[in-house]
Amino acid sequence: MLLKCPTGIDGLDDITEGGLPRGRTTLVCGSAGCGKTLLAMEFLVRGAAQYDEPGVFVAFEETAEELTQNVASLGFDLNDLVAKQKVRLDYVRVERSEIEETGEYDLEGLFIRLGYAIDSIGAKRVVLDTIESLFAGLSNTSILRAELRRLFQWLKERGVTAIITGERGDGTLTRQGLEEYVSDCVILLDHRVTGQMSTRRLRVVKYRGSTHGTNEYPFLIDKDGISVLPITSLTLDHPTSNERVSTGVPRLDAMLEGKGYYRGSSVLVSGTAGTGKSSLAAHFVDAACRRGETCVYFAFEEAREQVIRNMRSIGIDLAPWIEQGILHFIASRPTTYGLEMHLAVMHRQIMNIQPQVVVIDPVSPFLSVGTREEVRAMLTRLIDYLKLHQITAFCTNLISGSASVEATECSVSSVMDTWILLRDIESGGERNRGLYILKSRGMSHSNQVREFVLTSRGAELLDVYLGPDGVLTGSARVAREAAERTEQGARQEAQERKKNVALRRRRALEAQRELLQLQIEAEDEDLTADLTMDEQWELRQQLGRAQMARSRKADPLDPIEGSPHDLTLETRGKRDGG
Amino acid sequence: MADSETATIQDIEAADPAGFYDLRLYVAGKTAKSLNAFANLKTLCEEHLAGRYRIEVIDLLVDPQLAQGDQILAIPTLVRKLPEPIKKIIGDLSNTERTLVGLDLRTRR
Repeated sequence: MLLKCPTGIDGLDDITEGGLPRGRTTLVCGSAGCGKTLLAMEFLVRGAAQYDEPGVFVAFEETAEELTQNVASLGFDLNDLVAKQKVRLDYVRVERSEIEETGEYDLEGLFIRLGYAIDSIGAKRVVLDTIESLFAGLSNTSILRAELRRLFQWLKERGVTAIITGERGDGTLTRQGLEEYVSDCVILLDHRVTGQMSTRRLRVVKYRGSTHGTNEYPFLIDKDGISVLPITSLTLDHPTSNERVSTGVPRLDAMLEGKGYYRGSSVLVSGTAGTGKSSLAAHFVDAACRRGETCVYFAFEEAREQVIRNMRSIGIDLAPWIEQGILHFIASRPTTYGLEMHLAVMHRQIMNIQPQVVVIDPVSPFLSVGTREEVRAMLTRLIDYLKLHQITAFCTNLISGSASVEATECSVSSVMDTWILLRDIESGGERNRGLYILKSRGMSHSNQVREFVLTSRGAELLDVYLGPDGVLTGSARVAREAAERTEQGARQEAQERKKNVALRRRRALEAQRELLQLQIEAEDEDLTADLTMDEQWELRQQLGRAQMARSRKADPLDPIEGSPHDLTLETRGKRDGG
Repeated sequence: MADSETATIQDIEAADPAGFYDLRLYVAGKTAKSLNAFANLKTLCEEHLAGRYRIEVIDLLVDPQLAQGDQILAIPTLVRKLPEPIKKIIGDLSNTERTLVGLDLRTRR
């Protein structure tokens, strides 16, 4: 099992799966100015500071003072480490004009110096930068080659982990073919310029006895040293969250099942110029800051102050969030450096700040830096990285009005989970903004077009007017709505009138009904009166007959019956019937 | 003897600083190359610089810390401290002609 020696350099230990081969020599080669010395120095400094492994730096090209100054700009305090006996700098000067060679010699002097330096601080790491300078200073190359071979063997025997650097040659990794002597590990650095943009790249050419990442990885040198980006090796297995985060616009939340975006998802807002992409971004950031989440806002078109001023006009004040340190605003020009470098810079910022929300406003200018494929690859890597850390990504994208949106965007949109389109709707001599959701993975989002209005209280979404004349927005919508209101008023009036007429008619009928009722009652009364009169008449007749009989002394009528006075109407009725 | 020799050196140095040769030979142990170099140097000096030179032999195996000061890489290395400028000649000094050129005792042909 090959033991490894961690370099402590961001990302390099991931690519090499643990570091450089321990106790062996690694060759770092590349053309001038590609960062060889720095990589070697960081290996040494980090070893001394983080892993308690003191180191010796043998410089053939720069004096100790120059070296100390050069790396101070990268945050390494060499004087301190030297004073603590953690690092030893040894400048070896080889000046051909001062040296005359006569006869046999060897490089025992160098071995003794190196051995003395290693012993004096108990060094575990050694850097020889750039040993090829010996070839410029000494003419007997056959002695040199033999001695270098002996040197590498000697380093191995001493058990130190060593880096030697070499200048890249024509068709070979190093000018003097050092790769022949160093066979354990070879790292190639490259500094390429394409389309006026320079990008540094690193590749592990060979690593005996170990697997390693074989791709070219971009790397970056800044005030914290080197960081390599091993993020092309990512697989599609990032965690997925069911948590939802508000978009900051209530109506937009409503369109997304009333809950907003998924946490850790990627959101793309496309739109032509001036459709309110940044405003949506600001809403989202504002909402996230209110929830107490840390945000990073990468602005590539506007300066920080300008964004703050502009967002104030729609009632969003981002300044307090920046002051509280929740919102980190990073503005730079897309053309400042190449794509890989942008990626590296953003990667590093995100790693340092560890936000929950990242806004990239906008991604489109990157197309001026790289090709569509490169931009896509870069965004894929960035989004993958963000997803891996459950960071919600919000990207805006400026599109040209003429081309078909779906066609131009397919390169970027496939890595996006939610895609919102902002569009100009031009009619009736004015332009209005329309918003709709093209896709939103994993939710049943609204399919409706909404009118997107920017007011002094923020963005608002309104229903568009859908009528026989098509989709209407802005003044046309307002006019149409007014017309509709008038129409409705008239209709209401007519209805009212109709209702009144009906009511009156009903009243008339009711009055008629009452009249008839009265007539019925009158008739009834008449009838009753007639009947009574008839009865009385009959009674009188009967009485008259009885009196007549009595006066004529007639026979009693019926033994059962009482006196004629007892006679009732009822019994009389019976008798009539019988 | 030592006293009289020192006096002689000082006298020469005072009379003609450019004419006095202060030489250091760096070696690492008593190897064949080192012994050869010293023998060759001694012969050469006696022949060309009789009475106006001094040879100091430094064994880096004994004093490794001295290697840094004179920027020693190769062994053996002869350093001409005086007269200035400093000159370095590496190798066993077997080529007398080149050694003399290196010590500025003969112009390069």
